[in-house]
Amino acid sequence: MRIGVPKEIHAGEKRVATVPEVAEKLLKLGFTVTVETGAGEGANFSDDAYREVGVKVADREEVWATADIVLKVRGPQVHPELAVDEIEFLRDGATLISFIWPAQNPELLERLAAKKATVLAMDSVPRISRAQKLDALSSMANIAGYRAVIEAAHEFGRFFTGQVTAAGKVPPAKVFVIGVGVAGLAAIGAASGLGAIVRASDTRPEVRDQVKSLGAEFVEVDYQEEGSTAGGYAKVMSEGYQKAQKELYARQAMDVDIIITTALIPGKPAPKLITAGMVESMKPGSVIVDLAAEQGGNCELTAPGQVVVRHGVTIIGYTDLPSRLARQSSTLYATNLLRLLEELCKEKDGNIVVNMDDEMIRAATVVKDGAITWPPPPISVSAAAKVGATAAPPVEIKKEEKKARLPAWASTVIGLATAGLLFFWVGAYAPPAFLVHFTVFVLACFVGYMVIWNVTPALHTPLMSVTNAISSIIAIGALIQVSSPGALILILAGLAIALTSVNMAGGFWVTQRMLSMFRK
Amino acid sequence: MSEGLVTVSYIAATILFILSLGGLSNPETARRGNFYGILGMAIAILATVTGPKVTSYVPIIVAMTIGGGVGIYAAKKVKMTEMPELVALMHSLVGLAAVLVGYANYIDPTAVFSGVEKTIHEVEIYVGVLIGAVTFSGSVIAFGKLSGKINGKPMLLPARHILNLGLLVAAIILGKWFLTFEDHGGLLPLLLMTGIALTFGVHMVMAIGGADMPVVVSMLNSYSGWAASATGFMLSNDLLIVTGALVGSSGAILSYIMCKAMNRRFLAVIAGGFGTGGGSAAAGMAPEGEVQPISAEETAEFLRNARNVIIVPGYGMAVAQAQHTVFEITKLLREKGVNVRFAIHPVAGRMPGHMNVLLAEARVPYDIVLEMDEINEDFPETDVAMVIGANDIVNPAAQEDPNSPIAGMPVLEVWKAKTSIVMKRSMASGYAGVDNPLFYKENNKMLFGDAKKMLDEVLKYLQG
Repeated sequence: MRIGVPKEIHAGEKRVATVPEVAEKLLKLGFTVTVETGAGEGANFSDDAYREVGVKVADREEVWATADIVLKVRGPQVHPELAVDEIEFLRDGATLISFIWPAQNPELLERLAAKKATVLAMDSVPRISRAQKLDALSSMANIAGYRAVIEAAHEFGRFFTGQVTAAGKVPPAKVFVIGVGVAGLAAIGAASGLGAIVRASDTRPEVRDQVKSLGAEFVEVDYQEEGSTAGGYAKVMSEGYQKAQKELYARQAMDVDIIITTALIPGKPAPKLITAGMVESMKPGSVIVDLAAEQGGNCELTAPGQVVVRHGVTIIGYTDLPSRLARQSSTLYATNLLRLLEELCKEKDGNIVVNMDDEMIRAATVVKDGAITWPPPPISVSAAAKVGATAAPPVEIKKEEKKARLPAWASTVIGLATAGLLFFWVGAYAPPAFLVHFTVFVLACFVGYMVIWNVTPALHTPLMSVTNAISSIIAIGALIQVSSPGALILILAGLAIALTSVNMAGGFWVTQRMLSMFRK
Repeated sequence: MSEGLVTVSYIAATILFILSLGGLSNPETARRGNFYGILGMAIAILATVTGPKVTSYVPIIVAMTIGGGVGIYAAKKVKMTEMPELVALMHSLVGLAAVLVGYANYIDPTAVFSGVEKTIHEVEIYVGVLIGAVTFSGSVIAFGKLSGKINGKPMLLPARHILNLGLLVAAIILGKWFLTFEDHGGLLPLLLMTGIALTFGVHMVMAIGGADMPVVVSMLNSYSGWAASATGFMLSNDLLIVTGALVGSSGAILSYIMCKAMNRRFLAVIAGGFGTGGGSAAAGMAPEGEVQPISAEETAEFLRNARNVIIVPGYGMAVAQAQHTVFEITKLLREKGVNVRFAIHPVAGRMPGHMNVLLAEARVPYDIVLEMDEINEDFPETDVAMVIGANDIVNPAAQEDPNSPIAGMPVLEVWKAKTSIVMKRSMASGYAGVDNPLFYKENNKMLFGDAKKMLDEVLKYLQG
């Protein structure tokens, strides 16, 4: 089948749906690939780079007209120059894979269905383990989070890291990240990498460890409520919680230099977390980066797509952060698409099968052969659910059970009594000669006990082979017996000597061989 | 050499043996330790041979030359992965020697005792032969299981506990009968008992499964020591008693360490079978989620991008002979500045310290090979934890699921690493028959295939 990759027409969109490196792998899957002239320009991929790996570069009409599968970043929209909707270019019955946002664009789905198309929405890929590799939302969010810190650093008038210079001391910047999803984590990582003091807050307490692992502080809202849903996303919180949360944000706003907000609730406008009053309370020169700007923004004063200065605070509302790192985001997005195509084309024969029994593909498919299949049935497996299930009680229970059978003091008493009886019995009946040997035996056991505990576990195998070698000291018995009269004894003793000699020589030799291998 | 000089030589040998074991506390001093052992053995044998009791030299020289030659040949030829087999085989030799010495001692007409002394002497012979025979047959079976000549699965006879008990009772009754004979006439009960002891040894080890082998091997090590000790009592020889006691306690401690590392009681292991506590395996939590297989290339990618890597080797690495490739990968990564370390679970492999020896053979420096207790806390700061052919020792169910048959067993917490990669031939469960929830964790990837082959590929990608 032929894959077509048109140039993105959205104003300012620099990404492209495939890059030469990935296109090569698509060819290996058996597809043929056509890329529109100049499609990779914004992301610094020249047409020649595509041609080098065996991709055909053609004009727009040809790309659309010949493609069985169209790969895009943004969903179809009206071409700004031709005033024609991209859907019109799409061949009847073709497959389109791109971001669609079906919840926000129901009429787009209908028009795609009218074209008898099959449409897979990259934004509808479910959040299950197997689908991670094609989760384009995560890879884009990762880039957005990183870029948010870079944009903030650009607008912010100071170093991120604290320094003591000859010209005076510079305090480190304080960054507050709201919403610890993929973007939030990327922002935390980037900001602490630059040396800032980073704090983060989220309604889902299970992200605390992730925050800490990146070297940031997790600031908790002082209110009991669970904020995660079965899908791993956040939900709308109760009023009491929101009040406590607001107080927390107000306190942080006064203290920090940079706020990065990433709070999104699926299918709903972004929650307004930073009020105008909070912005006013921030230090002049502070920066807010609102990653939720496209969904209305987490800050009341955000202007989507723009940078504005309010009360001396720069508020960045860019909605195209991934596009601002076009080469990186194109590469990741293209890889996500590749992974999806690998799932669709298990035979590697260049044909795709949209298997609606596959949970992951079912969820991503929003239109199938002209029928709208969105929304998909709910998926039960999720990370959060698993965390809940595995939080089993600690294992101490088992130990307690064991103890209950016999209290510690009782077993000690029984042990001592048994030992005492044994010693009494030996002392009462055994002849003195035996007792001498017995003394030696008991003391030797203790010496052995002390010595062996000092042996490092790494040398347990040499320990076994060396003890083996020395236990062939039994040879001494046989050596003496050889001189006793009788052929049978001679044979038995001779055999015993031979056997123990095997052990002796072999044991020491192999121990030496092993020990000489241990080196620093 | 006079009797007094012989005794002094024995004392010297005893001290040298203790120093020999003491030397093993550190790889630096271990080689000297082994030398002390050789020296002690040489002194003991020379003193005995030149002592007043020995008059016939030819058989000694012949037997020792043959035996020594065979021993050295075996020691030179053995592969490090086959160490457990060699050790098991050597235990069997000690056991057999103890049996032979016991018999020779019993029929020796020069030894004349009476009254209590006779009884004690004969009990000593009886016990010495008993332990020797159990050690012998048990070790032979252990060897068979380790080398794959006998199926590693536990063989569980229906009434095996009763059978064991019956054998014990029979041995005691035969012992009583044995003591009633005068003038070395009790050979029949002695032979019968030897048969029973051999059966017992076979039956005991047959009932124990592959992964419990570390316990069995160290237990047999202990037995061979006690056999030597019993022989010492029989011959009134303190050197044998002391050496036997040293070896015996060494093996006992090793068995204890192994049992603790599996959170199992010694008796439970010896009684055989796994999860005999009432079929709780089925009650274990069924893991949710899906496994994520990856390719060797992606594995190389993970390793290349990591700063901290911990490798957890298991028996699978030994089976696949992959230790040299592991070292090549380690060397390459270390040259690139990646902090690579090894985490060794006490029961990884088929005998105590098995993994350490394999890694040492592959020239992995021992200071990056760490014990479980030393390294378990470092997993959260680790980027990639790579598990090579291990299963139960990295099973989170041991900590998370109180109903699991392996609950409470200390495990290496690889799932706390940012990414864990498990190399396995298939999705088959480990020895304990427990499904491993680790495989289904979100941050875990599976690299299926033969460990050696896959690691060779990973190495290729790392070099390329």
